[in-house]
Amino acid sequence: MKKALLTACFSLIFAAVTFGQRPEGKMAEGLRASGKIYVVVGIIVIIFLGIVFYLLQLDRKLRKLEKKEK
Amino acid sequence: MRQYWWKLLGVLLILFSLIWGILGPVPALPILHETIRVLYYHVPMWFAMIALMSGSLVYSIMHLRDGQALSDVRAREMAMTGFVLAGLGLVTGSVWARFTWGAFWVNDPKLNGTAVTMLIYLAYFVLRQAVEDGQKRGRLGAVYNIFAYVMMIVFIGILPRLTDSLHPGNGGNPGFNKYDLNNNMRPVFYSAVLGWILVGFWISQLRVRYQRLKQSL
Repeated sequence: MKKALLTACFSLIFAAVTFGQRPEGKMAEGLRASGKIYVVVGIIVIIFLGIVFYLLQLDRKLRKLEKKEK
Repeated sequence: MRQYWWKLLGVLLILFSLIWGILGPVPALPILHETIRVLYYHVPMWFAMIALMSGSLVYSIMHLRDGQALSDVRAREMAMTGFVLAGLGLVTGSVWARFTWGAFWVNDPKLNGTAVTMLIYLAYFVLRQAVEDGQKRGRLGAVYNIFAYVMMIVFIGILPRLTDSLHPGNGGNPGFNKYDLNNNMRPVFYSAVLGWILVGFWISQLRVRYQRLKQSL
């Protein structure tokens, strides 16, 4: 499950970053195509997913302790 | 996986709001310009805070009925998470205000109301610290928490609507209606709100489980 989650996270980041590098297309016209705003989005996503990953690990640690307690 | 689904749903909703909140189309308005996007990140903090405080209120009432220590812990931890989110909302709102209203803090009824609300909740935590006896602390805290919730509704839900406020939806204006939120923004905003509420409950749940383990050891 951990691996699948990691893969999902990275593919999402990758998708967000590559999406922004499309030289043309509807979206690229719409929003500051040369302003590299997509890089910012990629970075925000990485940070958020990092925090989520940390929370998930905390969740797992607690679960282990709860199992031990029983 | 059964216990995880709502946590992951919250994460996905926030993720969508983070990405589309920046890339998606927004109306071009004077003064606000691109900062209209702050709405996707700043306002959900308050929605999540109110949801968590409501959860806290429910558990406080439950604690008064059943006297269980766990419901008291739940009430406290939810209020704690709500308080943290409120702090983030206050700071982000302050930055937003600096670049749209011109100052980090203005004498807006909603700003002062939230400041008072946060002090009221701060007093809730201080009160709990001050009482040593667990049962007494639980009952006293629960009663005070109900009071705090009512005050929160008055200070951020009612009073700002009675006077003029810089915030939209106050002073007789319709909130979250066609003037403040257009149809492009709605899905992003609502998913951010729901996402942050879910993640807020997740963080509270982690804290409750930690507290419970700590007490049982």
